[in-house]
Amino acid sequence: MKITKDEVAHVANLARLDLDEAATVKFAGQIGNILEYVDTLNRANTDGVPPTSHAIFITNAFREDEVHEHLDRDAALANAPEKEDGNFVVPKIIG
Amino acid sequence: MKLHELTIGKAHELLKQKEISSRDLTMAVLDRINDIEEKVGAFITVSDKTAMEQAEAADKTISKGNISPLTGIPLSIKDIICTKNLRTTCASRILENFVPPYDATVINKLKRAGVVIVGKVNMDEFAMGSSTENSGIKITHNPWDLTRIPGGSSGGSAASVAADMCLGSLGSDTGGSIRQPASHCGVVGMKPTYGRVSRFGLVAFASSLDQIGPVAKDVTDCAVLMNAISGYDLKDSTSVPKDVPDYTSFLDFFEDGLKGVTVGIPSEYSATSGLDPEVSSAVNNAINKIKELGAQSVEISLPHTKQAVAAYYVIAPSEASSNLARYDGVKYGFRDKDKKSLIEMYKSTRSAGFGPEVQRRIILGTYSLSSGYYDAYYKKASQVRTLIMEDFKKAFKTCDVILSPVAPAPAFRIGEKTDDPLNMYLSDIFTLSANLAGIPGMSVPCGFSANGLPIGLQIIGNHFNEKMLFKVAYNFEQATEFHKKKTNL
Repeated sequence: MKITKDEVAHVANLARLDLDEAATVKFAGQIGNILEYVDTLNRANTDGVPPTSHAIFITNAFREDEVHEHLDRDAALANAPEKEDGNFVVPKIIG
Repeated sequence: MKLHELTIGKAHELLKQKEISSRDLTMAVLDRINDIEEKVGAFITVSDKTAMEQAEAADKTISKGNISPLTGIPLSIKDIICTKNLRTTCASRILENFVPPYDATVINKLKRAGVVIVGKVNMDEFAMGSSTENSGIKITHNPWDLTRIPGGSSGGSAASVAADMCLGSLGSDTGGSIRQPASHCGVVGMKPTYGRVSRFGLVAFASSLDQIGPVAKDVTDCAVLMNAISGYDLKDSTSVPKDVPDYTSFLDFFEDGLKGVTVGIPSEYSATSGLDPEVSSAVNNAINKIKELGAQSVEISLPHTKQAVAAYYVIAPSEASSNLARYDGVKYGFRDKDKKSLIEMYKSTRSAGFGPEVQRRIILGTYSLSSGYYDAYYKKASQVRTLIMEDFKKAFKTCDVILSPVAPAPAFRIGEKTDDPLNMYLSDIFTLSANLAGIPGMSVPCGFSANGLPIGLQIIGNHFNEKMLFKVAYNFEQATEFHKKKTNL
């Protein structure tokens, strides 16, 4: 088994997902199969090969520090599930 | 010919000569959607009211003598591209009621060109999938055979174009999501070079791979759409400040039109297990046709083809797990309001809002990036990505374009692969390397299976060499009849 049920549950918690027992077991099997396939990466010799995170060579993309057109507060809040006085509302964090 | 069956090029001529109005054209397209949407299921939202307003505005512009190649042309847009005041769901329950307060840059450009947007089309949730079956909203059927998938993730784009429910569409391609559905639905699709088209307003899946591109009825329309959407954008720091040529200027067909062009045939691809004999034969016939048109062919090698799938299914989920962290039930989208603590609210919102494939990829990506596994998975995959880029670099020293199948087999039946994600991932083998390398790729119709399913030819080129793809695709298209065939719908 490439990934155990407990590891799936641990990673799900890190990713803020709430999996039930059946989903955890199913994902462990499916992700295990995928990771086994991913092991084909080991057939490539990558000694001294630099990693690529971006396929097009662009260095720092600077721009002038100027104010451009932007969303006003009402537009930015328009889709918020809960809002109050121009703010996003979240469940109480500090007791 | 019925108005909804027109290509963009032909409709433009008729609009210009004032033989038809955009109002007539848009009404014909909306009627067509109304007639067959129940069978095809391509649309998440039909924006009939704003479409008619846009059509009337386009007619006014035309009457003043101002017409661009896209003025008054009805298009559909993949529901992952933000459209101001028009719901954009990503086919996800978590964004089911999201109404963007701004337009994506490509939408801005299209609106300035005077297009009519007839609606937002279905896709795999957050573009994760190859069949559109991962949509959290509905199932889309292949217009050539309603029991089959249209491909994915831009399945709604390809199906709506093939079924004449629009004249063209925009999709997005992270590992083949424009080319593969275009192939399965018998239409033309292009994934441009990474950085050619702005991603501002494209909901992010895997930011180093995602690219917006056109889905069209023929190569000419594809070039017209590319002209309209390409170019540098200050709002996308990964877009590239490079002049955009007029892509329609490379559409020139004549005998020996491909003389001087060298096409590369990857030796690894013919040995791919699971390559359907009908696909193989259609693609071989296409290669022969292209040689008859004057092109030379050379065998090339892309030795890391097999590892490309593995590298992709580490890199794409890793980036996705990070990008999708933003769906927390606070700023927009669905929220489970019953939960009292913040962490519980996050978890229950995300678990109820995301479908199984999205959750699977978030877990796979989080795992690949987690402490202790990062070197073995994410870093290793990123090194293999370098090797894949070097393979292409070497190949393009001896050829101008690479020819291959798009998908290993024609469209499969709805439900056939849903329980086997790895099997579904493996079907992306021919397309995802282009995303890893950031190079452009295109699908053009090149045949039909014995039971009438479309087959596509993939043409891949070097960075920013879209013009060569257009040249090869156009000459092939003009010498063949595949793009003229219509569905029975």
